[in-house]
Amino acid sequence: MTADIATTTPGGFLLVLAVLLPVGGIILSFATGGRHAGQITLGLTPFGSAVACAIAFRVGQSGKPVFYAIGGLPPPLGIALRADGISAVMLVATAAILTAAAFYAREKFAARDVRESRSALTFWILLQAIWAALTIIFVGSDLFNLYVALELLTFAAVPLVCIDGRPETLAAALRYLLFALFGSISYLLGVALFYGAYGTLDIPLLAQRVQPTPVVWTAAALITGGLLAKTALFPLHLWLPPAHANAPAAASAVLSGLVVKGSFFLTLRLWFYVLPALPTGQVAAALGGLGSAAVIVGGVLALRQARLKLLIAYSTVSQIGYLFLIFPLAAGAHAWSTIGWSAGLMQVLAHAFAKAAMFLSAGVLAEAVGHDQIAKLVGAARVLPLTFLTIALGGLSLMGLPPSGGFSAKWLMLQASVASGQWIWSLPILTGGLLAAGYMYRILTPALSDGEISMESAPRRYQETIAFVLVMIALALGFAPQAFFDFIEIGRPLAGEDPS
Amino acid sequence: MTPSTLAGLVGAALVGLGLYGLVLHPHPLRKLLAFNLIGSGVFLVFGIVARRGAAAGFSFDPVPQAMVITGIVVAFAASALAVALILRLYSESGRVTLDPDAWTRPGSEDAK
Repeated sequence: MTADIATTTPGGFLLVLAVLLPVGGIILSFATGGRHAGQITLGLTPFGSAVACAIAFRVGQSGKPVFYAIGGLPPPLGIALRADGISAVMLVATAAILTAAAFYAREKFAARDVRESRSALTFWILLQAIWAALTIIFVGSDLFNLYVALELLTFAAVPLVCIDGRPETLAAALRYLLFALFGSISYLLGVALFYGAYGTLDIPLLAQRVQPTPVVWTAAALITGGLLAKTALFPLHLWLPPAHANAPAAASAVLSGLVVKGSFFLTLRLWFYVLPALPTGQVAAALGGLGSAAVIVGGVLALRQARLKLLIAYSTVSQIGYLFLIFPLAAGAHAWSTIGWSAGLMQVLAHAFAKAAMFLSAGVLAEAVGHDQIAKLVGAARVLPLTFLTIALGGLSLMGLPPSGGFSAKWLMLQASVASGQWIWSLPILTGGLLAAGYMYRILTPALSDGEISMESAPRRYQETIAFVLVMIALALGFAPQAFFDFIEIGRPLAGEDPS
Repeated sequence: MTPSTLAGLVGAALVGLGLYGLVLHPHPLRKLLAFNLIGSGVFLVFGIVARRGAAAGFSFDPVPQAMVITGIVVAFAASALAVALILRLYSESGRVTLDPDAWTRPGSEDAK
């Protein structure tokens, strides 16, 4: 039974390379100090991106997951790395956004003197650590291994929030850490129960063994609860807005675009890869309900914010809600569940690129004008046209207007909700779009109206361009061909089928 | 009552107590201690899993022990990071609170 899944496939070493590159970068950065850490990270980005693309190419070419058994020991004895369609897509997206963030931040954290070099060293090491942790999350196949990766991600993300050392950023980081610690310990307890019940933590093996028993439900609930705290799903979203709004722009882009997607990815792994054979209808409805509440509450709170970065952060809370609609819309092995799955993944990608672009633009803006109070941005679009074009196009994707990745995601979600007869989910989808239009209007109205705004410094052209390129990717996702949707199906087990 | 059952109940009680503290105590340091209490409960559960030999069919399973050691290292690192943040927050602002409004309210500058 295990013979067909437990051998290293050609190209399996690429998975190891994908993890080792950033880890090697971290070690080198420690050895050489802050002055070179930035160059090492920037030098690493083309190689990391190339490896991610090579993995995606390999998965697409073979049509099957790429598999690597560490030390030649297949599970259950050893630990495996496994990259399927969604892992490959997420790896490429991670490489793209981290590359953008690194180049965006290269001047701010350039370490010209000794005092600066400490925060520079920290920033670059944490950025590489986020890359390493996300890679392990996307290719990991063992629940305990994934726990360690999740912790690495938290430990890298929390200090990024408070890298400039102001008291409010420290408080935001501490809140984030406490929520994350609750999440991790809850996850760990779930892992203990799974191991106690079935003696393995390998995802495909576990999927073959699970039965709908109380211990499985308890373990799944604990793991899900923990992951929800880390993903900041309503009502566990309280830590996210202050943390994401107070971080430096490049860090906010990575935190909002990628880091919350790491724990969301593991929630997908749990329900669609470990427990696909279980009757999960009510759980899916509950997760969808929380997601709907998040869409509404996040959108309404975004409308009330006075600061641009806080508004964008609350918009993240709202957009995370959309992700959880994938659970009712992609459950089971129906014709519509494929549409729901495509919609969910498209939402992950579209939000990652659009939100990263918006946070980077907000950073350009804050640097140029010296603040980000929305009411005082009168006439700002006249002096920063490219930045406001980027923000507006990002908003286009958040609202779900064509042509954009956000439109495809929400359109497919609507299709799935109608096709599955669960039309109730179309209400939050549409309301969320209206709320997004509302808060985008709040940003753009003062910016586009007549007025004089005093500039503190000229915007850096390359930073504006990086944000613009990211938002163009978010729009281009709206033109994704059918081959792309077939690609993200690779390796997805369907209910009632053998998950291997 | 077998020793395993007793240990399991103690583990559950520790998790419950810790969760209570984590949710209800406003001070970050108490929250951190409560997190460590939950951690101890979870590690105890791992210990029982090891003693019962899990589902692998051994009389004694060493794998959960390895996981507990990793878990303890992670929990220790997390605690160290949290304590460092609390100390830094205190030295920067002279107080330790998680209330986000405390930093934006008028008059919060005086406290520095």
